[in-house]
Amino acid sequence: MSRSESSWRFAPLWGALALLGLAFVSLSLGRLGIDPGEVLAVSLRRLAGDFTEAPSRAEIVLWNVRLPRVLAAVSVGAALSAAGAAYQGLFHNPLAAPDVLGVSAGASLGAMLGLFFSLPVAAVQGLAFAGGLSAVAVVQAIAALVRQRDPALVLVLAGVAVSSLCGATISLIKLLADPYTQLPTMTYWMLGSLGAVTLHDLTVTMPALVAGVVVMTLLRWRLTVLSFGDEDARAVGLDVAWLRGVFIAAATLVTAAAVSISGVIGWIGLVIPHVARLVAGPDFSRLLPVALLLGGAFLLVVDTLARSVMDIEIPLGILTAVVGAPFFLFLLARGERGW
Amino acid sequence: MDERFEYRPMNGRLLALAAIGALLLGGLAARDGDRRVVTDSAGRHVEIPARVERVFAAGAPASVAVYVVAPETLLGWALPLSESQRAYLTPQAADLQLRGRLTGRSNTASLESVIATRPDLIVDVGEVDDTYVSLADQVQRQTGIPYLIVAGRLDRTPQMLATLGDWLGRPERGRELSERAEAILADLRAGIAEISPDRRPRVYLARGPSGLETSLSGSINAELIELLGATNVAETTPATGNPQVSIEQILHWSPDVILALDPRFVAAIRDDAAWRSVPAVRNGRVYLAPELPFGWIDAPPSVNRLLGARWAAGVLYRDRFSDDIRPLVRDFFSRFYHVELDPERLGRLLDSIHGH
Repeated sequence: MSRSESSWRFAPLWGALALLGLAFVSLSLGRLGIDPGEVLAVSLRRLAGDFTEAPSRAEIVLWNVRLPRVLAAVSVGAALSAAGAAYQGLFHNPLAAPDVLGVSAGASLGAMLGLFFSLPVAAVQGLAFAGGLSAVAVVQAIAALVRQRDPALVLVLAGVAVSSLCGATISLIKLLADPYTQLPTMTYWMLGSLGAVTLHDLTVTMPALVAGVVVMTLLRWRLTVLSFGDEDARAVGLDVAWLRGVFIAAATLVTAAAVSISGVIGWIGLVIPHVARLVAGPDFSRLLPVALLLGGAFLLVVDTLARSVMDIEIPLGILTAVVGAPFFLFLLARGERGW
Repeated sequence: MDERFEYRPMNGRLLALAAIGALLLGGLAARDGDRRVVTDSAGRHVEIPARVERVFAAGAPASVAVYVVAPETLLGWALPLSESQRAYLTPQAADLQLRGRLTGRSNTASLESVIATRPDLIVDVGEVDDTYVSLADQVQRQTGIPYLIVAGRLDRTPQMLATLGDWLGRPERGRELSERAEAILADLRAGIAEISPDRRPRVYLARGPSGLETSLSGSINAELIELLGATNVAETTPATGNPQVSIEQILHWSPDVILALDPRFVAAIRDDAAWRSVPAVRNGRVYLAPELPFGWIDAPPSVNRLLGARWAAGVLYRDRFSDDIRPLVRDFFSRFYHVELDPERLGRLLDSIHGH
């Protein structure tokens, strides 16, 4: 590494400040024109706890529409990116994404069931969260039963199998769903959107997100060792199986929580960790904060485009790939650092 | 068409009957024995049996239309039906299976399963464009079953009913339904013509549990709004399809009235500050469309929308269309859905209207 340790210590701080600036810009953008001065005035008045005036339309838009979306975009993006970084280290596999163990497929199956039975939105979110956790629990159970092989490989293969089972069931549900009322909602869920996110959704999912990220932060050094290989980790006295289980639990928790409010958003969990690695190198204690910040910033930019470019919303799953792929290829062509 | 049609042996009596039927039928269609050539809405000349007894509906709109015109010919539904929907259909129709669909949103019926039901005819109702025409040609070539497309735009419903009556061997019934449909549309046109343009509302069609899916102004799924002389706020280019929109965009559009398809949406917006800033919500002008036995505004876009159009006229123009809708509902269910509504069932059906 050419950079000194001291410059790295403050990097997350600068990154966080940049993200805050980006959030302010995002708050000022949208289908309704609200000038940045008013954004600032409303923010300051709210932060000072002044709720005396009846809220203006601009205030409602800022507080009830844009703020939840900005917060959701940052937290969902950060969560997916951090989970992807953890999985890639955990499985020594650059193609690992948060859904490698079936969490997205399980969450989708839960959500599709909820939509098929026309359950309330909160129940759909709950089923998505539970479905994501259950799918990974099943994968873990299978891996625990199959002991004689490389455990990381068994996990990934079991994840592939469980994902395709969930995928098949989802296809069946879509066949039986009402093509005019249920099917479009299902399709949009699978493409991801933050359009319906409320502050309440955020308060419900935030504990799971924060808990997962805290666990990853506390164990960041151990993951660095683990990413060098199981043998090396055992040599320095780490309980590899236990550590892997804890990381999978943490990454699954954040991914399931994120997906339950956003629907499936591809690309971020796979590629942002690579971008983060280009910036920060393979050391997970540096990689994690960079991945969190980059993931949050990336989804914030993408979601701002999704809600403000056209009259209609552009599904996030489409935009993440369209915006992300060229950017990633550009970095790949320029970067010299390997991983 | 070639001899591949002759997959099913016909007995002599049936042939004779068919021949007599063919002779008795008037109209422009050219006849050749027990078969005749008809022209569909896409201008395709298709040879069909003069006597049609088994009809495969290619999509949900066709299911409804065939059920309305000739329920005994319908082989199955192209859309899943709930228990509450079945309760408002004839017992025979309520027992019919889900057969999947060949057109519309993601096809689900395999050609083999279509052939296995031994249809005399495949009928599609809906938009007529190159995609659907080529699909019809292809399915007809592969299965040897005549495949007809009839335009399903709402204002063409009378013609659609008459055409189906002719094809399905119920010309009298087709004509009768066609006249009734024309009367409903004429009544609406006459009433709307009296309403000055500045009193016509701007309407948002809310779909999905969050209400953040809509149908653009050019979409067949939203044409009821324009038929009623109102403006669909979701006018964008390209103007077809059912996209997602943001609540901020809806605030920008500022609709006077919201027509909703999902009860979860109507329940959710009561406590939502952002939605309450929309004029329609503030003024209590959010209306949940009834959905039995088929959606009254859309879902599917078929004959069912005739009744929905009259209902929607009542909520958009309360002064002009203030008369009691119940006699019309009872009459429509009797004529079109073959179901007599007793006061109790009629009451339950309309509860969903007055509840909001």
